Amino acid sequence: MALLQIFEPGQSTVPHQHRRAIGIDLGTTHSLVATVRNSIATVLPDEHGRVLLPSVVRYGAEGVKSVGVEAAARQAEDPRNTLASFKRFMGRGLADVTRTHQGDLPYEFADAPGMVQIRTVAGVKSPVEVSAEVLRVLRQRAEASLGGELTGAVITVPAYFDDAQRQATKDAAQLAGLNVLRLLNEPTAAAIAYGLDNAAEGVYAVYDLGGGTFDISILRLTKGVFEVLATGGDSALGGDDFDRRIACWAIEAGQLPPLGPRDLRALQVEAREVKEALSSRDRARFHVRLQSGEPVDLTLDTATLESLGANLVAKTLKPCRQALRDAGVDITDIQGVVLVGGSTRMPMVRAAVAEFFGQAPLTNLDPDQVVALGAARQAHLLAGNRSGDDWLLLDVIPLSLGIETMGGLVEKIVPRNATLPIARAQEFTTFKDGQTAMRVHVLQGERERVEDCRSLAHFELRGIPPLPAGAARIKVTFEVDADGLLAVTAREESTGVSAQVAVKPSYGLADDDIARMLRDAFDHARDDLDARALAEAQVDADRLVDAVRAALAADGESLLSDAERSAIEARIVALVAARAGSDRSAIREATDALSTATDEFAARRMDASIRSALAGRSIESI
Amino acid sequence: MSDALTVGAPGRSGGHGPGSDPFALLGLPRGMSMAPHVLDEAYRGLQARVHPDRYADKTDAERRVAMQWATAANEAYRTLRKPLLRAKYLIESAGVGLGEQDNTAMPAEFLMQQMEWREHVAEARAHRDDKALRHIEHAIRSAEVELWPLLESRIAEADWPHAADVWRRLRFLEKLHDDIEDVRSALLD
Ligand SMILES: Nc1ncnc2c1ncn2[C@@H]1O[C@H](COP(=O)(O)OP(=O)(O)OP(=O)(O)O)[C@@H](O)[C@H]1O
Ligand SMILES: [Mg+2]
Repeated sequence: MALLQIFEPGQSTVPHQHRRAIGIDLGTTHSLVATVRNSIATVLPDEHGRVLLPSVVRYGAEGVKSVGVEAAARQAEDPRNTLASFKRFMGRGLADVTRTHQGDLPYEFADAPGMVQIRTVAGVKSPVEVSAEVLRVLRQRAEASLGGELTGAVITVPAYFDDAQRQATKDAAQLAGLNVLRLLNEPTAAAIAYGLDNAAEGVYAVYDLGGGTFDISILRLTKGVFEVLATGGDSALGGDDFDRRIACWAIEAGQLPPLGPRDLRALQVEAREVKEALSSRDRARFHVRLQSGEPVDLTLDTATLESLGANLVAKTLKPCRQALRDAGVDITDIQGVVLVGGSTRMPMVRAAVAEFFGQAPLTNLDPDQVVALGAARQAHLLAGNRSGDDWLLLDVIPLSLGIETMGGLVEKIVPRNATLPIARAQEFTTFKDGQTAMRVHVLQGERERVEDCRSLAHFELRGIPPLPAGAARIKVTFEVDADGLLAVTAREESTGVSAQVAVKPSYGLADDDIARMLRDAFDHARDDLDARALAEAQVDADRLVDAVRAALAADGESLLSDAERSAIEARIVALVAARAGSDRSAIREATDALSTATDEFAARRMDASIRSALAGRSIESI
Repeated sequence: MSDALTVGAPGRSGGHGPGSDPFALLGLPRGMSMAPHVLDEAYRGLQARVHPDRYADKTDAERRVAMQWATAANEAYRTLRKPLLRAKYLIESAGVGLGEQDNTAMPAEFLMQQMEWREHVAEARAHRDDKALRHIEHAIRSAEVELWPLLESRIAEADWPHAADVWRRLRFLEKLHDDIEDVRSALLD
């Protein structure tokens, strides 16, 4: 646990112990898990040697029936209860989903505050819970393969995911029992894998067209630093859209009658197979037998596919242009174009990319695996497995953040493509005389009007002193961490009244929901772990006491007042007393109390340590 | 709810956490002249020491401190990377306001020229004429080439009020560049 390493900032206290860490690519169509073993990143197969886990979950009356290959194979049989492409629903409301899909999905949606839910025989499921099923299978696969509990995981998300989608992904991972080391952008993960393997330097573009999402990222790679300059994309554009166009084509060309959900799903499954076949052939047979028994027998050729998909491909180029402009680089500065995602196997996509960038894209990597491999390397690093060739990752926020102002307009506070972490504040004032409360509406997006941006949260700042209009000074601060997740605080400057929001309420699950789901998930899994838990609590307590004592001896004098010091010492005494007993929760409580009491001390030590490192820097560089 | 808010004074961004001087934070000499690669390396060197990923296995308290430093490093880099922002920081930290909205101090001749360019940009847009855009860009660039040495020497002399005058003109030209780029993207899409 993290507590233990507090007291030697910048140094790993457990030098040679390998910590098990994994990278998971949670894809719209496929998911996979990878790890670093003996300094080599490798994907982990299941017991049948299969690496890709179809992101499909099948529910029965009892709960989850199957996840992966079997579920995918039976999609058309029970379409309502066999959920696929649910990544597209993460952090999205019912209105969003019906707008982008116009009724071509076989699911029965239920509206819920925040995120859309899906009605199944096993009950109403949120996309977060469904995603957690996929993550849980991969977690178990990794634990079986690595032989023990995991320190943590890096989960990838499309770079263009907004705050609500990221939060939903993080919630899903926690629900699956994973400790999330980082949410990592998919193209960035690919760049890490590519860059480390090829010792690449220079400006690169990563073009990632998967099953459901499109991302473009422009990065600069320099001696151990991966610096994202700009990113862009479309979080609802991918191979699925080609499939849908082909299915529509089949309905027209075959003059098919109105179809039910099973037939629609069968057409889409066939459409995908035909599309994939056409990446290596000129024509392919489109064959489906409808529920009515009537056969559909058509032939699709590449020319027709190209005309069906042309404007989808064109839709990817606008974000490419925008990203180049935001990055401040010329197309001729691009050293190489890395292709990621299964849909980049389509010749029409490759041709469009080659033409746009004026160079043949790099294809010497597996577009299915590169994201997971990059995530595994980042996870290995973040788990504290230092190898001497550490790298630094600097990523950006994909979409601007702002708040609603007069007339339904959005005032931007954090611009898109700003490097993370970032903190920005903006001052606002009251509109009416004597106004004592202010509603703050947080939004994300590039458009000017509130209705065109994504609403992330509403909160109210109360207790503003009654002053004439325009006299109060309300400072709203946005902080975005390295995961791209936002926290907002508002403060009235003259009185210090403040409000803080974790940006969850209007999208994503409330903490209570997560807690409930976790309880549900673990209730039957609560084994006889008590003895082991007690031993662990004792070990943790001992280590913490040792670490704090050592830290006090080193820096207690210089960094703490007498009162602060004795407060910490009192907690040590309390923990040592609890440790002597066998009440596990008492030990945990006393450990937490000591840990909390030393927070400020740890922060000061950290600050002092950074300052002295930087002082060393100026001497070196002279 | 939308009537509850009015936008106050234009963007006062949050101060730099650990010390507020970007030059000091990056360990660079104060002033306009700065080779891009020197700045880039100083920034990466700083992030390599303070970034929270370096402390991913540490406690929340420590990572919070690392995050403050990393945030400040990003802000410092942003302030210094573009010469116009760097100049802005130097002028403002000398206590001279730049009053970006206010153009009363501009010479009439300069404002006339601005208007003319703007009209040309609008025409080029209407006629989808990229050649005309390039022509205007060229003219703007020549104007910039004249103004930059002036700005640099005003700053070097610590003549802040005059530096502010030149800065405002360069800022005008930069906005024109942005407009041209907008037109260009609009023509492509
Ligand atoms: N040979 C091929 N030709 C054309 N398309 C292909 C081929 N192979 C795979 N695809 C398509 O690639 C898509 C899946 O790609 P991938 O596995 O990279 O996506 P994902 O990671 O699941 O999705 P995302 O990254 O968007 O969440 C599917 O639409 C699939 O049909
Ligand atoms: Mg993918």
